[in-house]
Amino acid sequence: MTLADYLQLTFVQNALLVGVLISLCSSLLGVTLVLRRFSFIGDGLSHVAFGAMAVAAVAGMTNDMLIVMPITILCAVLLLRSGQRAKVKGDASVAMISVAALAVGYLLMNLWPPSGKSNISGDVCTTLFGGTSILTLSETEVLASIVLSIVVMIFFVVFYHKIFAITFDENFAAATGTNTKLYNLLLAIIIAVVIVLAMDLVGSLLISALVVFPALSAMRVLKSFRSVTICAACISVGCTVIGILASAVFSTPVGSTIVVADLAVFGLSSFLGLILR
Amino acid sequence: MALLTCRDLSLGYEGKAILQHVSFEVNAGDYLCIVGENGSGKTTLMKTILGLRKPLSGTVATGDGLRQSEIGYLPQQTLVQRDFPASVKEIVLSGCQGRQGMRPFYSRADRELAKENIRRMGLEALANRCYRELSGGQQQRVLLARALCATRKLLLLDEPVAGLDPKVTAEMYAIIRSLNRQEGITVIMISHDLGAALAHATHILHIGSTVYYGTRQDYLSSPVGKAFLQQGGVSQ
Repeated sequence: MTLADYLQLTFVQNALLVGVLISLCSSLLGVTLVLRRFSFIGDGLSHVAFGAMAVAAVAGMTNDMLIVMPITILCAVLLLRSGQRAKVKGDASVAMISVAALAVGYLLMNLWPPSGKSNISGDVCTTLFGGTSILTLSETEVLASIVLSIVVMIFFVVFYHKIFAITFDENFAAATGTNTKLYNLLLAIIIAVVIVLAMDLVGSLLISALVVFPALSAMRVLKSFRSVTICAACISVGCTVIGILASAVFSTPVGSTIVVADLAVFGLSSFLGLILR
Repeated sequence: MALLTCRDLSLGYEGKAILQHVSFEVNAGDYLCIVGENGSGKTTLMKTILGLRKPLSGTVATGDGLRQSEIGYLPQQTLVQRDFPASVKEIVLSGCQGRQGMRPFYSRADRELAKENIRRMGLEALANRCYRELSGGQQQRVLLARALCATRKLLLLDEPVAGLDPKVTAEMYAIIRSLNRQEGITVIMISHDLGAALAHATHILHIGSTVYYGTRQDYLSSPVGKAFLQQGGVSQ
């Protein structure tokens, strides 16, 4: 089959559409997360989502989003809120929550294997590394991804200046009358939503790549917040499209192919950054 | 009424007071310098004035039509800012954010104000440059321009010359002085450079085991002031 043949297939079209939207959202949030030293929150939250998925599977729920989304959002709020004055500091609490969720999730799936599924390790592997779930999206999932992505993008555009002010200097923003608590809360919710959506694309373990790489690549070369944001979005979308198509043609795992594309762009822009300096 | 009145403030962490019975007021046009040893609670006091943290007891009140959100603030640089990809323009403009409320975008007036403050701080040539590429003194002027976007009345400066070389330090003090004298902006500055404090300030607030508040002249002849001067607090 050639590339053109693949593009005729509905599920490939769906995968591309959802992939583009999700990578756009995750890269937009990535800029502020990386700059606020929260790079690992994506990783932590995706592990939480994995744990929640395991719970849903064990409980035999058909629509696991109903439990995965609220739990992940809750953890995001707790993690971002505790940023400054928590007893356990930011990075430690992310590490703690993420491994705990991972361990509990895997344990539950082994103790009470979800009915009808015999291949647990295969299942777990799919959730962790993405597998083919992006190519087997149902119509509802596609629709949900589109709606949520659009909400995230609208949020980002409308609150762009506030996000910048809070990212650059949270204290100053709070002191001069910006409601930083509200925006941090909204940001936490949005991050959780994006992470859960992104799990289908690249899987639990590789989500951080979608969040971190585009932002870091853009920062190597560009010098204003706006250009970094726009560039990160373009890089992310480009890498995802290339990754999905390449994985179809070479039959490689979708998630890791996308991440390798991101990694390549990062290497390129680091090199470019060195030359331009 | 004074611009800012602090009455019997006690400050501290988790119920343990590090600073007690602080009372002072700042009137329009004053230049108040807050001095004291490291760890005496200077930055905590400043955060309390800004409403970023609550005092254990006592009150902070603004008057003369000044709202708490109209206090311009020059914080100490954070780690995050040092490699932040943002242009000078973007940062100065973000000083107008506090007034936006739920409005998502800046108005023409906001952009004009940002431009005006960039000019005031002599940053026109750098307006499109990246913040992380500027020198320490230039970065401070950018943050000062941002603070001026947030206020027309009262500026709070937290160690504005920390890490600057002597020449740039002198320039920075000159800028602050002219904002105070020529433009009538009230200044509250934290400093452990007592020499500079005494050269420019009209009032001194000394915090530590003893708290002293008064005019510069009174401070010089007070026991607290004399003792602090003798410890070599003057760096001239």
